[in-house]
Amino acid sequence: MSFSARAVWKEFSHSKIGMTGVSILLILFAMSIVAFVTIPLDSFKTWNDPASWLLYPKSAQPAWVNYFQSEKIPEHLILSPVSSSQQLDSVTVLTDSFAVNYQYDGFPSDFIYQYAAKYSGSPLLQISVTRPDGTDLHLVSTSLPFASNDTVYNSMIFSTQNVILKNIADKRSNYAFSLDGISSEKIIFSKLDENKILKGLYVFHVHLYDVSTKPVLEKSRLILGGQVYGVMGTDELRRDLSIGLLWGTPLALFIGITVSIGSVVIGLIYGVYAGYKGSTTDEVLMRFNDIIYAMPALPLLIILAVTIGNSIFLIVGFLVIFGWVGIAKVSRSMAMQIKTLQYVEAAQLMGQKNYKILFKHIMPQLLPYAFASIAISVPGAIITEAGLSFLGLGDPTFPTWGQILHDASSYSAAARGMWWWIMPPGIMIAVTGLAFVFMGHAMDGIVNPKLRQR
Amino acid sequence: MGFKKFLVKRAITMFGVLMATLLLTIILVGSNMDSISKQSAALDIRQQVTNNKSLLSSFKTTEQLDSYIDNQVKMRITALGLDQPWYSPQRIGLSMYKILTLDFGHAKFLTSDSGSSDVRDIILEKLPRTILLFTTATAIVSVLGIFLGAVAASKVNSKIDKITSGFAIISSSFPVWWIGVLMIFVFAFLYPIFPARATPDVPASDPRYLGSLLYHMALPLITLVIIGFGSWAYLVRNFLVGVLQEDFITAKRAEGIDEKHILFSHALKNAAPPIVTILALSLSGSFGGAIITEAVFDWPGMGRLYFEAISVLDLPVIIGATYVLTAFFLVSVFVADVLYGYFDPRVRRQ
Repeated sequence: MSFSARAVWKEFSHSKIGMTGVSILLILFAMSIVAFVTIPLDSFKTWNDPASWLLYPKSAQPAWVNYFQSEKIPEHLILSPVSSSQQLDSVTVLTDSFAVNYQYDGFPSDFIYQYAAKYSGSPLLQISVTRPDGTDLHLVSTSLPFASNDTVYNSMIFSTQNVILKNIADKRSNYAFSLDGISSEKIIFSKLDENKILKGLYVFHVHLYDVSTKPVLEKSRLILGGQVYGVMGTDELRRDLSIGLLWGTPLALFIGITVSIGSVVIGLIYGVYAGYKGSTTDEVLMRFNDIIYAMPALPLLIILAVTIGNSIFLIVGFLVIFGWVGIAKVSRSMAMQIKTLQYVEAAQLMGQKNYKILFKHIMPQLLPYAFASIAISVPGAIITEAGLSFLGLGDPTFPTWGQILHDASSYSAAARGMWWWIMPPGIMIAVTGLAFVFMGHAMDGIVNPKLRQR
Repeated sequence: MGFKKFLVKRAITMFGVLMATLLLTIILVGSNMDSISKQSAALDIRQQVTNNKSLLSSFKTTEQLDSYIDNQVKMRITALGLDQPWYSPQRIGLSMYKILTLDFGHAKFLTSDSGSSDVRDIILEKLPRTILLFTTATAIVSVLGIFLGAVAASKVNSKIDKITSGFAIISSSFPVWWIGVLMIFVFAFLYPIFPARATPDVPASDPRYLGSLLYHMALPLITLVIIGFGSWAYLVRNFLVGVLQEDFITAKRAEGIDEKHILFSHALKNAAPPIVTILALSLSGSFGGAIITEAVFDWPGMGRLYFEAISVLDLPVIIGATYVLTAFFLVSVFVADVLYGYFDPRVRRQ
């Protein structure tokens, strides 16, 4: 029954299923690191703040669905500018250009120009667009409110503003059809002879003219509305699901690993102590163990979450309360076997202290079993937490995968066919669970040689 | 230790667990429960007084009325024993005694389909539906699982064996409720074969009720079976493979007994104790899982009742449902223990 770490690893690395588990886990860790590095903690905290998702589309499918379709659905584009500035005598002209090669089979649903201008005086803002056929359309000219000293002015220009329609109407003679009742984006992106999408390169120019000082354009973005967006699409509340899914990874790993390590450590110490002590101590400890073992976990977890609190750390604690019992049972019976071995008896005769025998002679023998149990109990913890979150009892400040599914079901995503909202979180839960099941399976085969014959 | 002594010991432990769970539940919800009962007592008395016109007209000022009501409320609270803090031994003892005798009191918000607010009526109405769904599912799962597991065990490392094991591992990694959501998506909306909400749409008095109930049960049942039978087959396979290596099986083979006969009558019989135990445990375990599954499918059983009670914090229902769920769980654990001890005498001697 003795294992050296190297021998275990050697055997483990030969197990195909174990290595599959390790590779999946490494990918998940990489995803967590990507989440930490690329998505600032602040933006993840704003997950539940609708104001921070205004620029995103509502219930958009993932962008890659277009690969499977002959009719390309317009993608929701958030464009960043190419900036330049010019000095014409006393006038400074700041130009932000947004180029987009529009190859979709539908009009954008709308467009929004968002900006923050830093200036003093009263600069003039102009927007025009150069179409693929070379014609220029003048959209907006507006002067920003006067300011005597330096101010920052935040504003947006919407495609629905009447002034845009009026300005386009100057070019109405170019179009072979009547422009009445057609919204501005359907004119700008239309062919001249019929009201159908004109594909090609569109360049939007934003000019800011100022006489007195040199203005600065910040947060300048052009948004073309569409029905597909990003890698994972967006949900009903315009949230980018890829961010939620990515952030769910470290959370799920944290919950799963903390719960399983906590449960295994407690169970191991409890069980080994009971088994080593024996007699009355054993009896009392094991009866208590029986009581917790036979309690229905989910109803009690729900009551605990409702009455005590649903912070993610509390939920981890609750899961540990119900997680350690099985491990305590097994490690007790293993400790009872080990304590009859001669080297343990020898240590006792030499007068070694009890805790030293426990931690130096018995515990190390149980370590392989402990590692296997850690791996095997991770999926259960993740699935249970996801279940609690799915019922709406999870920590609302952390978007776990279960929480995303809870939102999906409360906006009846299934009924509305929003598969991109339902499928990925569940698959992520299962894949994370599988990684640990595979590893635990491989470990089990090493720890229990009996299983190998099977 | 004799079998009887073993049984008695298990029964005492089980009863201890039941009491401990009950105590824990009461402790957890006690303080909330206390303020709610007091409020409802006060409300009750105020209503009584305002409905009683002659009593109402006998007061000259509102202060008089208020002090009268306050007095009455105090008397009521004393009569109900609510003047003591909720954690006093008498109060806890009384509530535990009441619950033990299945007197759960009245629900605050929820009612049964027939309109009764007695928690016992509500639970008695919901419980059979949960038992119907989950017992049927467990029955189908175990038959399928035992058959498939036996086939896989007889051909170790064959294609069917590998597929069974793989399916078992993968299917047990998905949350049941997520598969449920997916099934609703595919079979209720994409291809509208089954209804999305599992609540039958005809009243219980209608003769077509049973048919409607079964039709609405189809989707949750299919989901439970799909998720369940893989891991069952895998368990049965593992037990059987162990038994098939024993000497007596080799002896049977040497006698020239048909391989199928060996598998299904001799080997399966010897693998029965753990299989029966797990059958009982998985049945009770599925009751706990029913909370989420029934919430997903809107199946009108105990699980959904529990979920609804939690979301409106209807404490008498929560306590009653926890008690019944725990009792069911314990009865099946006990039955599993007894069966195991019956099949495998070694357990009794431990």
